Amino acid sequence: MEKKMKFDNIPVEKFQFARRDNDVILDKKFSTKPVGYFKDCMRRFRKNKSSVIAAYIILLLFLFALIVPFVSHYNVSFRDGYYKLAPPKFAPLAFLGWDGCTDRTEGQAGYDYYKSIGVEYGSSSVKKVKNVKTDETTGKPFYTIYVDDYEKVGFVYVDLSEKEYNALKEYQNKTKIQVAYPIPENYKTNFLAVNGANLWYELADNTPSTSGASKYHDDNGDPIYKAAYRTSKKETSAKYDSLKLAEDKGGEDGKSWYVYAVKNQSGYRMRVLYKEYYMYQNGFYPEHIFGTNQDGQDLFACMAVGARVSFLISLSVVLVVIPFGLCYGAIEGYYGGAIDLFLERISDIIYGIPLIVVAALCNMHLLKKIGPVLTTWLIFIIVDWLGIAARVRTQFYRFKGQEYVLAARTLGASDKRLIFRHILPNSLGTIITGTILIIPGVISSEIMFAYLGIVSFQTSNIISMGTLLSQGESYLATYPHILLFPACYIALLEIAFNLFGNGLRDAFNPSLRGADE
Amino acid sequence: MRTLKYVIKRILLMIMTYVIIMTICFVLIKMLPLPAVREMGKDINLILAKREAMGYNKPILVQYFLFWKNLLLYGDFGLGEQMYVGQDVMKIMLQKIPYSVTVNLYSILIAVPLGIMFGIYAALKKNKWQDHFISTLVMVFISVPSFVYAFVVQYFLCFKTGWFSLTAASRETTPFISLAMFKSMFPAVISMAFSTIAGLCRFTRAELAEVLTSDYLLLARTKGLTKRQAIIRHAMRNAMVPILPMILGEFIGILGGSLIIEKIFSIPGIGALFLTSIGLRDYNFFMALNMFYTLIGLVGNLIVDLSYGFIDPRIKMGER
Repeated sequence: MEKKMKFDNIPVEKFQFARRDNDVILDKKFSTKPVGYFKDCMRRFRKNKSSVIAAYIILLLFLFALIVPFVSHYNVSFRDGYYKLAPPKFAPLAFLGWDGCTDRTEGQAGYDYYKSIGVEYGSSSVKKVKNVKTDETTGKPFYTIYVDDYEKVGFVYVDLSEKEYNALKEYQNKTKIQVAYPIPENYKTNFLAVNGANLWYELADNTPSTSGASKYHDDNGDPIYKAAYRTSKKETSAKYDSLKLAEDKGGEDGKSWYVYAVKNQSGYRMRVLYKEYYMYQNGFYPEHIFGTNQDGQDLFACMAVGARVSFLISLSVVLVVIPFGLCYGAIEGYYGGAIDLFLERISDIIYGIPLIVVAALCNMHLLKKIGPVLTTWLIFIIVDWLGIAARVRTQFYRFKGQEYVLAARTLGASDKRLIFRHILPNSLGTIITGTILIIPGVISSEIMFAYLGIVSFQTSNIISMGTLLSQGESYLATYPHILLFPACYIALLEIAFNLFGNGLRDAFNPSLRGADE
Repeated sequence: MRTLKYVIKRILLMIMTYVIIMTICFVLIKMLPLPAVREMGKDINLILAKREAMGYNKPILVQYFLFWKNLLLYGDFGLGEQMYVGQDVMKIMLQKIPYSVTVNLYSILIAVPLGIMFGIYAALKKNKWQDHFISTLVMVFISVPSFVYAFVVQYFLCFKTGWFSLTAASRETTPFISLAMFKSMFPAVISMAFSTIAGLCRFTRAELAEVLTSDYLLLARTKGLTKRQAIIRHAMRNAMVPILPMILGEFIGILGGSLIIEKIFSIPGIGALFLTSIGLRDYNFFMALNMFYTLIGLVGNLIVDLSYGFIDPRIKMGER
């Protein structure tokens, strides 16, 4: 101290600036930017190829969920009774077998029936006859045929009001697309049968329970179809004045015309080609990229909505859970002692309740009041902060006794400042990676609850992946596509998320730095 | 002495947690409107009488004490009201447990040796293609939810090839420990085993890989042990310290069964019972199964925690 005093009165002139004249710094100046913790982490993350790919897959699946509901013709409430359990069909990739066709084994009657559908407009629902076998005992043939499941819907009867009838006629006249076809002779007996409108030819057996065998066959056993339409002497019976079949020229004598509509009490009954009628009503042809389920819902659109629900729930859960878990864990870890003991008991209790019990109780109490999405959200809010809190707590116990914290405290830093500015940033890496891995957990649990029926998504415009799974379960043997597509989506999403999370964890773990090189 | 004190403290804490959880569940269930009893001949009178005896029309606090009294004195949870109408809840539960235990036991007996074996193999071949192959598979089986591969198993083993029946055999026709029963449960058993194998494999690989690079293993090799001796006598024994509690935890989980697997493969176990009780809103069953599952969870955690100290004397319990 005394020594220092001596220099008190050195005159200013004795001082001079070092190297003021040319301002050259002899140290090397860094031309690169400094690399901080996060930048270093990102750099190491990018080295991990599988995690990067996983990140792109997640992005892709997320975009699927985001975009498809806007683009698709279909939504969850769209149901079509005639295209139930339709197989996947995607025209650009039809050559890969993605063509909406399935194999069937049929007897003669079934073969005639499927072959007949589409003959009237120059096509057939049977795309290929793969195999013909003759039954040894009866001598009857059995066909293995490749049937277009979309075309096989064929014709249906519809009852239209006067107004709808006129509108349909107008549509036909305008577009020159034939929707209405002549009504068969047997329509009164076959009207109630599911396939009634498709039995337009002369049948071998004309009883109401007919299965579709044609009356005439050529030498190869192939059916010869002779139309058995209802006829009328008036050309415009039931005021039908629109497109007609080419061969409908009033028979030979110009006196018996085909009947296209029958008047009944409420309006008109017609026989329409369903795919054109569908076009007329909806503005697009039926094509379900992932097929449909037993309610006739489009799986492609339903999956996108289900995925949206999953993403929405998991992301919003994380958003709420992180701040809460952080604060809870920070308070536990920082203050310790009695506060820690008390708060630990609370989290012990919540941790002790099985997740499924929490879910069931929430469902019983809240489902009717706040709906399935909020209920599911709440279930995970109740449970998922525990992990973060525990993680933060251990980090706090680790860091709070260290010298730099003591130094900060000595300088007069408040508790708040110590917690948020000094200790928390140190544990940020582990917290981030921990929370990334919460997302796939929430998604799979959400799907599981919906699948098990613990939280029921029975509203009209929202569906969960789990609901799709439980619907598809009973058709696993016959229509595996209903289950396959959602299951694949979930599997891909879960794998990608876990890979991504693991990559992130390794990147954020400073102790692994340089370990792999 | 210190250990004993710690164990007793943990057990008391566990009991306290358990009672609090049960109280919360009980109150939450009692807050729900009481479901109507479906008309079932004379059963309806039986159930109404039982409800009266259990104080269903009295305040919740009275019901609560009656519930504990009945439970502790007679082991009585009441009667099934919506399912197994008029039958004793406890009896039905005890009937169902063997199914779950059998499936779980088989799956663990398959999974534990396989998981550890694959884990050891992967650790020994670390960073070679065998390790990458196993690790990739493990990653897939850990990430993919069990119901997805249960469907795959069901599709291929039950529908495509038709090797296995769709549902488990009934206990009336086939004894529990028999080949026929095992065969009927096989798809469920392996679906359940997959995740256990994957989990154990990953854990074993990580532990063993860490131990293999440690100094004392180098010392063991230096003093003349063969690689095999060093691994079996030194590395494995140390790696087992965290693995054994994990296996122990699996064994305690046996009782609970797996909800999903039991539903998919229609195994009439306790998990399926729990799901039905939730679906049909049978609160007596629901409460009883809540207690059962919570107890398994808490006891499992406790035993796993304590077992570290017993397996490895170096870990001192009750010290901070």
